[in-house]
Amino acid sequence: MLDATGLELIAQELRDAEGEGAVVGTTFFRERGTVEIDPAHVRSVLARLRERGYAFLASVHGVDYHPHEPRLGVHYELLDMSRVDRITVVLRVPTDAPEVDSVTPDIPAEQPGGPDRGWPTADHQEREIYDMFGVVFRGHRDLRRILMPEDYEGHPQRRDFPVGGEPVAFTFNERDALGPM
Amino acid sequence: MKRDPVHVDVDALRVRSLNAHQLLRGADMEGANQPAHLKDTELERYVQERVLTTTLDKTVAWARSNSFFPLAFGLACCAMEQFHTAGSRMDIARFGFEAFRASPRQADLIILAGRVSIKMAPIIRRLYDQMLEPKWAISMGACCSSMGVFNNYALVPADKFMPIDVHVPGCPPRPEGLMHGILKLRKMVQDDPDMGWRDRYDARGTEEVLDPAQMEAQAAREEAEHEALAPAAAQAPPEETTAARASGGESAGA
Repeated sequence: MLDATGLELIAQELRDAEGEGAVVGTTFFRERGTVEIDPAHVRSVLARLRERGYAFLASVHGVDYHPHEPRLGVHYELLDMSRVDRITVVLRVPTDAPEVDSVTPDIPAEQPGGPDRGWPTADHQEREIYDMFGVVFRGHRDLRRILMPEDYEGHPQRRDFPVGGEPVAFTFNERDALGPM
Repeated sequence: MKRDPVHVDVDALRVRSLNAHQLLRGADMEGANQPAHLKDTELERYVQERVLTTTLDKTVAWARSNSFFPLAFGLACCAMEQFHTAGSRMDIARFGFEAFRASPRQADLIILAGRVSIKMAPIIRRLYDQMLEPKWAISMGACCSSMGVFNNYALVPADKFMPIDVHVPGCPPRPEGLMHGILKLRKMVQDDPDMGWRDRYDARGTEEVLDPAQMEAQAAREEAEHEALAPAAAQAPPEETTAARASGGESAGA
């Protein structure tokens, strides 16, 4: 199991390989280690963690940290299947430039962390984060909405998105709710 | 003419029954028994014994209301309760509604069992539009009627886009609830199905019907496909089927 010391070792290893600014911070909470990284290094960091045995990308999900800045977060839950060990990689992007590299495509040899194959499982999950939070994944082969209709405007899981909802037509307000008939 | 309900003339019943047999054989239409030869009172009796009069609308409504063909269609958790209405405990077949149809063309009742998302709404409306007349809709559960606990960006109430005849509340409604809703609908159909809802939602004459030219083109296409497949089917060696049977028998025996 990953402990706080092991987490620091991994973070230091990533710093050594990627540069001092690659790792923003670490958190160890309830037996779960989290590495917060600079968004620019996401592909190479995930590739290096795969080399360490974290070869299964269990989940990718989005978070809105409103009102903290940078607001949007993307979490990558990695799992080492042989040691049953987990680590979370977190990155934060601001809402005015919510862009991060997609982890789906293969990494060619000339890029940091390469050559490495991509994470195909992140395909639909990145689309969902794009749909719900508006994070744009550069290099994704087919980045479009997955849950909401194609012509929907806005990203409904952002915390400044109005709760909204359709007015419900009961008998007493059916004319208002359904419009003139 | 008022009849005494207590008094039953057994002989008269016997005679009438024999007359009915003759009528079925067409025997009483000959000779002196032809209706044209009957006297006024006899003619009246003749008609009363043989003809049941009612309005055609009532008969049609009675027939329709006792054999809804629901669309086999579920949206969410309410669908689980919907399945149970067809199960042995509730047994929707008691009322003649058990024939769930897989195609909207064959169905005349759509039960919206679950929440309707914004993305699904146009598809549901199209399914409803494809159903042939006469057709009815039941909104099952809180989500479909009022979006229940999901009153947010994702859902839309069914009343927004199509006419609903009966709303069944509950989260989810028990099978008894749905059954009650269907029986309410039956009563509506028997009394007066037209409540103006359909015109409100512009839901008349919406069936997508191909024009004759399209239908001919499609028939030609299907025929061509059939001919392309036919030689392959004819050449299929019969040995294979016997071999498959033999192996199946072996595995069953083992």
